[in-house]
Amino acid sequence: MASRTPAAAKKTVLVTGAAGSLAKRVIARLHGRYHVIAVDFRRKVETDAGIPSYLVELHKRGFEDIFASHRIDAVIHIGRIFAHEKTRQQRYNANVLGCKRLLELCRKYKVGQVMIHSTYFVYGASAYNPALIDEDAPLKASEVTQDLVDSVELESLANIYLWKHPELNITILRPCNVLGPGVRNSMSILLSRKVAPVLLGFSPLMQFLHVDDMTDAMVVAFEANKPGIYNVAPDDYVPYQEAVRQCGARRLPVLSVPPSLPKLVSSMLNWNAFFPPYLINYFKYPVILDGQLFRDTFGWRPRRNLNDIFTYYRKQKLVAD
Amino acid sequence: MASLGSLDLRQRLVTSLVTPEIEALVASIPKPLGSFGYDPWGYNEDTFKLGLGVARLLYDKYFRVTAHGLENIPADGRVLLVGNHSGQLPMDGVLVGVAAATNPHGPRLARAMIERFFPTVPWLGNFLNALGGVIGDPVNCAKMLDMDEAIIVFPEGVRGSGKLYRKRYQLQRFGNGFMHLAMTHHAPIVPVGIVGCEETMPAIVNLAPIAKLLGLPYLPIVPSLLPLPARVYLNFGKPMHFPPAASEADVTEQVETVKTELRRLIQVGLDERTSLY
Repeated sequence: MASRTPAAAKKTVLVTGAAGSLAKRVIARLHGRYHVIAVDFRRKVETDAGIPSYLVELHKRGFEDIFASHRIDAVIHIGRIFAHEKTRQQRYNANVLGCKRLLELCRKYKVGQVMIHSTYFVYGASAYNPALIDEDAPLKASEVTQDLVDSVELESLANIYLWKHPELNITILRPCNVLGPGVRNSMSILLSRKVAPVLLGFSPLMQFLHVDDMTDAMVVAFEANKPGIYNVAPDDYVPYQEAVRQCGARRLPVLSVPPSLPKLVSSMLNWNAFFPPYLINYFKYPVILDGQLFRDTFGWRPRRNLNDIFTYYRKQKLVAD
Repeated sequence: MASLGSLDLRQRLVTSLVTPEIEALVASIPKPLGSFGYDPWGYNEDTFKLGLGVARLLYDKYFRVTAHGLENIPADGRVLLVGNHSGQLPMDGVLVGVAAATNPHGPRLARAMIERFFPTVPWLGNFLNALGGVIGDPVNCAKMLDMDEAIIVFPEGVRGSGKLYRKRYQLQRFGNGFMHLAMTHHAPIVPVGIVGCEETMPAIVNLAPIAKLLGLPYLPIVPSLLPLPARVYLNFGKPMHFPPAASEADVTEQVETVKTELRRLIQVGLDERTSLY
C-alpha cells in the first residue's frame, strides 16, 4: 500500500498471533500506514518486506527483547492457544500469564494503545441466557466448563488493567463466531467438515462474522482508539443446524439426553478440534450478542452476509470432491 | 412412493392450517427479521404461521372466544398486555396471543414469557422460541420493549395458573417487575380480563409434595388431562400509563391500580357469560 506519511511519524504496532488468518489480514491492512511487527508462538511467520517477524512465547523472557529493540506504540493481541491445541495448564500459562506479561511490558515501555481479541465464549452458554447479551453481562463461561477458565481470566485481567491503567487505552473485543478462508477455530473446522455433529432437539441461534469483516472491525476500532469493551456481532441470526445445512454438510445427530452423553461421545470419538466436550453447551443454548455499541461507536457494519459466509464452505466442499 | 406420499400429506396439512388469511395477517405484522427469517430470540415466521393456524382453530372452534376492546391494543409500539393467569396450562396466553395476532385493528405479534426450564427440553425449547416465546428474563423484556414489541405478562405467574378451582377469579399476589419495566421503558399497560380459562382445567387439589419431587411448579388433580371446551371471554381495557414511582411502596400502589382494573374487566366477562361450556 502506498503511503505518503513520513517514516519517522509512522507508529509501530506489534501484532501477536501473526500466523493466524485474522492477524495476517490485520497486518496486511496496517502495513504501509504503520511499522508492523509480527509475533507468533507457533512459527516464525513469513512476512512482506519491512515487517520484522519473531517466533516467541509471550510468557518467556525473549519477549521483552522485542520491546527493548523497537519503540512500540501499540499492541494488537490476537494470539491465543485454542483449547484443542495444548493442555489446560500450558494454555493457562500462555494465554493468561502471557497476557499479564504483555500488559506489564506495555506499562514498562509506555505503549499507548492495546487491543485485545477475546471471544463470545466468555459469556457461557446457559439455558437461562437472555438474548442480545450486553457487554456488562456477567461472564459465566467458567461455570460451564474449566476449559474456558483461561478465556475468562484473560478477560478479567485485561479488565483490571483497563480501569487501573487508563494510559494503556485498552480495547477488548468480544467477537461472535468468526468464519471464512483460512480460519482454523473450532467452528470453522466444524463447518468445513462433510459431516457435522448436531444435538438432537437443539438448534441454538448463532451469529457469524466473515473474517474480512472482523478485520475491518479491528482496523476501525484500532484507528479510532476508544477504549472499552465491545461485542462484535451482526444483527443477523441463524440456527446452528440450518448453518450446517447451508454449508453443505450432512448432520450427524447425537443424543442430547442425558446431558453428559454428548460430552462422552465427543471425548470418545476425539472430536476435540471441532465439537469438543467443553463447547457442547454452545451447540445447545444460544449466546446471542448485542453488537449495537460497537456498531454505533465505530460506524462499522459487516459487508458480507450469512449467505456469503456459507457459500465459502459450500464451495470448499465442492472443490474437495 | 411412501416418502412422496408423506411429503404430500405434510404439505396438505400445512396449506390447510396456514390459510391465505393467516399468510396475509402475518405478512402485515410489523416485525424486522434476519436474512434467514429469525429474530434474536429465535422467533420464526413460518413456524409462527403454523402455530397460529392451529391456535386459531382452538380460538374459534374449541374455546369459542369472545373478545372485546381489541382496539385498545396499539397497532404499533411497545406495550405490555397484562392478564389474570389461570387454568393450569397456559391456554390463556395462547388465546391472548391469537387475539393480538388476528386483531382487525392491526395485528400484533405478542410475545409470551415461558418458564425457564423449557429451553432445556429437546425440540420443545426451540419450538416455543420459534412461536415467539421467550424466557421471562427482565433483560429480554427490556430489550423487546426497546424494540417496540408487544409482550404478554401474567404477573401472578404460577401462583395464578396453579391455583385451585375454589379460588377461581381471585387475583393472587402480583410481582412488581412488570410495573418497573413499564415505567423504565415508557410502555403502556393494556389490562386483559380473562374469563373461562379457570373452567378449562378445574383443579380440586394440588399434589405439592409430588410436584416438588418431580421438579414441577405444581401437580393438580383435574377431571380431564385435556383442557375442557369452556367458552372464553377476553376483555381488553384502555391502555394505562404510569409515571416513574419514587418508592417501591408507590410501585405497589400502581400495581394495585392495575389489579383493580383487572378485577373490573373480569367482572365484565363473568357478567356477559351465559354458559360455562
